[in-house]
Amino acid sequence: MHEVGIAQNIIEIIEKEARQNNSGDIKKVKLIIGEFTNVVKEALEFAFEVVKKNSLAENAEFEIEMVKLKTYCAECDITFNGKEEANFICPHCSGFLEIVEGKEMKIEYIDVE
Amino acid sequence: MHIVDMNSQILHENERIAHENKHVFEKHGLFVTNLMSAPGAGKTSVLEETIKRLKSQYKMAVIEGDLQTSIDSERIEAMGIPSHQITTGTVCHLDARMVHNALHDFKLDGNDLLFIENVGNLVCPADFELGEDLKVMVFSVVEGAEKPKKYPVMFHEVEVVLLNKIDLIPYSGVSLEELEKNVKEVNPKAVIFPISCRTGEGIENWIEWFKNKISNK
Repeated sequence: MHEVGIAQNIIEIIEKEARQNNSGDIKKVKLIIGEFTNVVKEALEFAFEVVKKNSLAENAEFEIEMVKLKTYCAECDITFNGKEEANFICPHCSGFLEIVEGKEMKIEYIDVE
Repeated sequence: MHIVDMNSQILHENERIAHENKHVFEKHGLFVTNLMSAPGAGKTSVLEETIKRLKSQYKMAVIEGDLQTSIDSERIEAMGIPSHQITTGTVCHLDARMVHNALHDFKLDGNDLLFIENVGNLVCPADFELGEDLKVMVFSVVEGAEKPKKYPVMFHEVEVVLLNKIDLIPYSGVSLEELEKNVKEVNPKAVIFPISCRTGEGIENWIEWFKNKISNK
């Protein structure tokens, strides 16, 4: 639901970066988004299409790489990948699982003219 | 064409302002609580019950976030507590900048506690830091025992989960045991208090914990 605001943040950040590089149009934006955030890929893609108008990213391609949830038990030294059900209790020792990947919300790179 | 590596956090600006807010709160010796929940779970009622029991010991202020109206803010002011209403329009959460701007309208000096009642929404507020000391979630048991699994991010982010409206358990068929188990799976560190703002059951346990938390800051 807040993808429009996030898309606006992205435009602000990449326009600033493009200007600092004395670049013209932005051709591509690459994002990395963790699945354990509240960002929905399709909603963000749609929002970006709307907010990119009249910006340096007007013609930019938009790529989102989604990162699966990865958790870790320090006690057992075991990593768990992409769980269907959010469960942060270690099945072996009942200890807490820490999130290692899946909370990302970042711009990896832009491709500029 | 060339690639510019960025590795920039999309919410960096929010985090920067949240950090500034935290600094302002610390300077004024304020303990700040961010209250989040779905619409109608009972955030304002929890605030009223909390304020009632702490009024003689602490000076308090409230920031209310809502899409429309100042009904909640009026409820708080009726208790003699200064309250500032942020109406977000269509924005589904409070962000650090909105809180930052609201601080200009407050005399922060002389207050001990600030409560920020977020926009009623089980999703978006969880992604936005405000600079708070404590994140509390209010969840009404009638929303269903499976919700922690369906909306795990907010349950995972908070330190306290208040399971409100336990007086309605006999009418709803919800198992408190199953609900608590689901909360614990999503957030094993969560401190859980079953409460009822209507009957007052369980509220003292939350207040005791909260007072302890404030004095240990």
